[in-house]
Amino acid sequence: MNRRDFLKITGILAIGAASHQTAMILLSSEVKGDQAKKKRWAMAISFSACVKREGCRDCIDNCHLIHNVPEFTDNKDKIQWIWSSHYESVFGEQTNMFTKGMLKNLSVLCLCNHCENPPCVKVCPTKATWKNKDGIIMIDYHRCIGCRYCMAACPYDARSFNWKDPKPFIKEINRDFPTRAKGVVEKCNFCEERITQGLLPACVEACPEKALTFGDLNDPESDISRLLKTRFSIQRKPHLGTDPKVFYLF
Amino acid sequence: MIEKAFKGTIGYWLWLCFLSALALAGFISYLRQLDIGLGITGMGRDVSWGLYIANFTFFVGIAASSVVVVLPYYLHDYKKFGDIIILGEFLAVSSVVVTILFILVDLGVPSRVLNVLIYPSPSSLLFWDMVVLTGYLILNIVIGWWSFDAKVKEIEPPIWIKPLVYISIPWAISIHTVTAFIYSGLSAKPLWHTALLAPRFLASAFASGPSVLIVLCFIIRRWFGFNIERDVIKKIAIIVTYALSIHIFFMLAEIYTVLYSDLPSHKSHFEFLFLGVPGNRFLIPWTWGSTVGAIIAFVLFLISHKKNDSLVIFASIITVVSIWLEKGFCLIIGGFVPTPFEEYPKYVPTIFELFITLGIYAAGGLILTILYKTVVSFRQSK
Repeated sequence: MNRRDFLKITGILAIGAASHQTAMILLSSEVKGDQAKKKRWAMAISFSACVKREGCRDCIDNCHLIHNVPEFTDNKDKIQWIWSSHYESVFGEQTNMFTKGMLKNLSVLCLCNHCENPPCVKVCPTKATWKNKDGIIMIDYHRCIGCRYCMAACPYDARSFNWKDPKPFIKEINRDFPTRAKGVVEKCNFCEERITQGLLPACVEACPEKALTFGDLNDPESDISRLLKTRFSIQRKPHLGTDPKVFYLF
Repeated sequence: MIEKAFKGTIGYWLWLCFLSALALAGFISYLRQLDIGLGITGMGRDVSWGLYIANFTFFVGIAASSVVVVLPYYLHDYKKFGDIIILGEFLAVSSVVVTILFILVDLGVPSRVLNVLIYPSPSSLLFWDMVVLTGYLILNIVIGWWSFDAKVKEIEPPIWIKPLVYISIPWAISIHTVTAFIYSGLSAKPLWHTALLAPRFLASAFASGPSVLIVLCFIIRRWFGFNIERDVIKKIAIIVTYALSIHIFFMLAEIYTVLYSDLPSHKSHFEFLFLGVPGNRFLIPWTWGSTVGAIIAFVLFLISHKKNDSLVIFASIITVVSIWLEKGFCLIIGGFVPTPFEEYPKYVPTIFELFITLGIYAAGGLILTILYKTVVSFRQSK
């Protein structure tokens, strides 16, 4: 290699590196711009408001009605998008001898946490479940092969599998939302179909006590951002690093 | 060459008929499962993987263990394994087929299985499992068949066989490692979430797989008069002994870590498996059976080299049963119990599930019988 060739090659490399750098800068500014537009949908559930009406299941019923969630009689076939459980079962690691008595009858609403770092998305072998641009964990019911790896990976038991054909178990079919077939996994979709139309999620809308607050965490002026800035909140299993988007307010 | 498999005694044909009938019963049960859905099994929203995935895990181990006879022959030039190597490879072939069948019957929508190839997802360990298992199947068919063919024709095997053999050695390790990673990568399941899982899988595979091979050697000696040298079986028994000791050591290391650190989320699974909870003591006999079985088998193997064959056979059978109970049942079911909601659901396989499982065993048995018969017939005609 003579000197001339050497200069040529280094020149080309330098130009390449420089253009690569500019491209990176451009890209990152674009990413930043995107970030501002991006929503980070989240939900806050107030314990104190939720317990006011004992035995109330308006949120669950409304969600399951709108989303054609079947009602199986056999517990092992059960499909649930939103459900309630006991405080000790949900927050087992945040229980002590006093809370056991104090919060004995506290039922806690559970739903998909729409994790920022979702273990279920990572394990899917067909990319049938993914995080959309607004942070909602979606499922493609026509791509899912039913391997149930996502169910094993979810630390919150938020996913249900259609062990049987669900249609005969749907009380009243809502024609505006698809039903699912046997053999696929489903779960709460944060009412993605409703919020794109500017509506609130079905559960939030149904709550007579306004215990559920839904909004965009990226907007510092949203109701949920303000609420979470002023009230003490907890998340389910934060130590797993999944960064859940469902917060519980005391 | 394969035509030799279709000439046999009445007993041989009866055996083939028996396996076919079992496979058919499994297939009919599977048609029913296709019709009704996986709800026909004992699995449910809490224990969402059951007998199928557990058996898949176990048979990946059997498939991987052929490396135990391949490695000494090719890397250490241990020529005595020359005869048994083909048996190991064909055992691997039929085991991989069994694992693939177990995955298929576990899918909710099996007709969409090709989505795994259409939308490849490198972040999913299941995707990688499919890649390594398919590769391993092809490697073993090619290596097994061509080297057998060379033996029949009394020529040197083609030169490209050797590099393939060298690839197949780490590849065998990879299939069981990837299978363990499916489980150990999940933070949601404390029982599986341990770096020791892949080493444990390998240790138990190198105990159970060669044990199957030992039993098979005795069976084909008895049925077909095909004699594998005692020395060879002894050597394999030594490998099993070491693998078992490592397996037991890993198990104890796991139990120590969990019990001493006292982390409730980890401990609860072990408590459930070994002691049970009120109302659900279902897995206790299986867990203890597996643990005690492994130790008994280890002791029997230790003393067996001075004794007769029947002790070796007995120890091998206990090893297989013990590892099956661990990897092929308790480990998978126990991972789901207690649930994230600290519930203790019961899982009992249904009759359909059992028939489908037995049917897959029979299908694997058919492939194995035909392949082994071909090998044996050729050796006897010489």
